Amino acid sequence: MKIVVCIKQVPDAKNVRIDPHTHTLVRQGVESIINPFDLFAVEAALRLKDRHGAHVTALTMGPPQAEEALRDVLSRGVDDAVLLSDRAFAGADTWATATALAAAVRKLGDVSLIFCGKQAVDGDTAQVGPELATLLDIPYATFVKQVELGDEGRLKVVRKTDEGMEVWRLPLPALVTVLRDVGDPRVPSIKHKMRAKKAAVPVWGLADVGLSEDRVGLKGSFTQVVRVFSPPKRADRRMLEGPVSEQVEKLFQFLKEAKVPGL
Amino acid sequence: MKALIDLDKCTACGVCQDVCPVGAISVPETHAVVSDDCTLCGMCVDTCEFQAIRLPEVGTGAVTDAAAYRGVWAFAEWRRGSVHRVSYELLSAARRLADKKGVECAAVLLGENLGEAAEDLLRYGADVVYVVDHPALRHFTDEAYSRCLVELVRDKKPEILLAGATSMGRSFIPRVAAMLQTGLTADCTELDINDEGLLLQTRPAFGGNVMATIVCPHGRPQMATVRPRVMRAEIQPRNGRVERVSLPEDVFRTRVQVLEVIAEEDTTAKLTEAEVIVSGGRGLQKAENFRMVEELARLLTGAVGASRSAVEEGWAPVSHQVGQTGQTVSPTLYMAIGISGAIQHIVGMQGSKIIVAVNKDPEAPIFDVATCGVVADLFEFVPAFIERIKRG
Ligand SMILES: Cc1cc2nc3c(=O)[nH]c(=O)nc-3n(C[C@H](O)[C@H](O)[C@H](O)COP(=O)(O)OP(=O)(O)OC[C@H]3O[C@@H](n4cnc5c(N)ncnc54)[C@H](O)[C@@H]3O)c2cc1C
Ligand SMILES: Nc1ncnc2c1ncn2[C@@H]1O[C@H](COP(=O)(O)O)[C@@H](O)[C@H]1O
Repeated sequence: MKIVVCIKQVPDAKNVRIDPHTHTLVRQGVESIINPFDLFAVEAALRLKDRHGAHVTALTMGPPQAEEALRDVLSRGVDDAVLLSDRAFAGADTWATATALAAAVRKLGDVSLIFCGKQAVDGDTAQVGPELATLLDIPYATFVKQVELGDEGRLKVVRKTDEGMEVWRLPLPALVTVLRDVGDPRVPSIKHKMRAKKAAVPVWGLADVGLSEDRVGLKGSFTQVVRVFSPPKRADRRMLEGPVSEQVEKLFQFLKEAKVPGL
Repeated sequence: MKALIDLDKCTACGVCQDVCPVGAISVPETHAVVSDDCTLCGMCVDTCEFQAIRLPEVGTGAVTDAAAYRGVWAFAEWRRGSVHRVSYELLSAARRLADKKGVECAAVLLGENLGEAAEDLLRYGADVVYVVDHPALRHFTDEAYSRCLVELVRDKKPEILLAGATSMGRSFIPRVAAMLQTGLTADCTELDINDEGLLLQTRPAFGGNVMATIVCPHGRPQMATVRPRVMRAEIQPRNGRVERVSLPEDVFRTRVQVLEVIAEEDTTAKLTEAEVIVSGGRGLQKAENFRMVEELARLLTGAVGASRSAVEEGWAPVSHQVGQTGQTVSPTLYMAIGISGAIQHIVGMQGSKIIVAVNKDPEAPIFDVATCGVVADLFEFVPAFIERIKRG
């Protein structure tokens, strides 16, 4: 059974924000990490492999340095990896991303199962998984916390919804987007680290996956960013500075006037 | 492709170099130079006060006849016997957009045994409610729900389609967008129409501490999802009509089988209904210190909330998490103690009437949404404040 895991390298965005004075992006300590949800996708794939045997390929679309992310998951036990990288892919929205990933999955051929993270933490859209499944015309289940492969070669999943849980059965090939509940990501092992270091990671460009330039990247995108700005401030804001005793008194009076219960 | 520099306008001021998140811009001498590392994110475009930077044009995708599309739709979410509140919020937003464009506003309701739900949607501003009531829609499946909505869109051609960013919307709406071959913007916090009549979709980006406005110039309909409680529902009854639509049986076919639906008790009602919430974040440093937050909440007869970091540290149960992946709350008073105010937290509490933030960092983004900002060390301020309340 061939399994593909889609992973994405994202900026560790904890510290990204616009400086209120200079209006420039504060970049302090912004490193690239693997989208945390994608490590759970990798784990879900590896657990299926442990139980049933499978060949797991990690796939990412990104700049050349995204190769780091692939080597990381190779060191956790993924069998091989493919980097989709081409200048033409830059500026892709979720649709253009899914288009490129779908072409790569087709090229890999005979894929039974695709794992994605629930969402990528840079965009938070959760769109690429469902869009990829739609482009490949395979069924999918989102927000999955438990995956089981039945004897009949069908997948049983438990999904988390706003209202509780649902148990679904899907025929293969299928795509699943996973939550952290599928299990904690395993750490890299010495054996796999050695292999990961030496492994060849093929880089596929536009021509390799048989797409034309107008279908990928910014050109193939439907959406376009027209403005980027800092979140607006509240107009009625007051700041309490000075000694703590003064701040305490001012806040107390303020809340008392506002008739907050308990005061 | 990369960002384009207009050499006549560029003054080599270097601001773009500082804002570029991937370090793709350098300013050697007379003007900025963009390297192949450019990801076309657009951060530089808006910060250039000389309008010297622009991005190459987006593609036209599959060519749709944009002019043939008219009207604004809201997808109404049917959940075990009632319409989810986000649907009314979306419908009110759709109404505003439709009025701005001078077009019709419609709701789409899919499900089984829908009763009077469609009539109810008319009260929130719909000119027409399209209803598909079918046994195959009893349980949600991505395939059946997508096919139904896609059939309706292909037939009636709305220009804008809004849906809730709920577990249902986030699951099947991307499929709808992909089937229709159009753009989709997730989790919008603001929607408007620009001078050209395009939908301006504003959402948090870059981990959320930055906002981005997005358009979909060519794909139709222009599609966006919005989280619950971001928009405000308004009752504005219309003389609208309900149109029951029947679709061919094959539309309802699906490859997945729903074996079981397990409803869970909502244990968080207490938090979402509280009049006062005191929330703690990573600034509290350890579990013992979180007790301060609990005591303050008790004194104010309120509930205890937490940032995700505090939940991850194990200081508070996950059901108390406020924010994008937690609860959305709008109490009369929200106190944020030692919380930085990442957008994922802010979207969950910015609807609160009074927001008090205690943080020692005057630049903390939580102060941007605070009604009252206290710049102080919480370990000094909170105990003193607790004492003050006790004194009465
Ligand atoms: C997909 C996704 C979903 C998310 N969903 C949520 C969500 O639902 N809810 C949520 O809260 N977060 C969410 N987050 C996380 C969010 O981005 C932030 O990481 C988180 O909110 C930060 O928590 P914090 O403010 O407690 O911690 P920090 O960001 O570490 O902030 C601690 C603050 O305490 C202040 N402080 C420290 N010491 C003191 C002191 N002695 N006195 C006063 N102030 C002090 C600091 O100045 C700082 O501002 C999500 C993130 C992602 C990627
Ligand atoms: N560039 C990419 N390369 C590979 N997988 C991706 C990429 N972007 C998104 N994904 C996958 O799609 C999921 C959802 O991403 P998003 O729709 O951006 O929130 C991620 O968790 C990944 O599994």
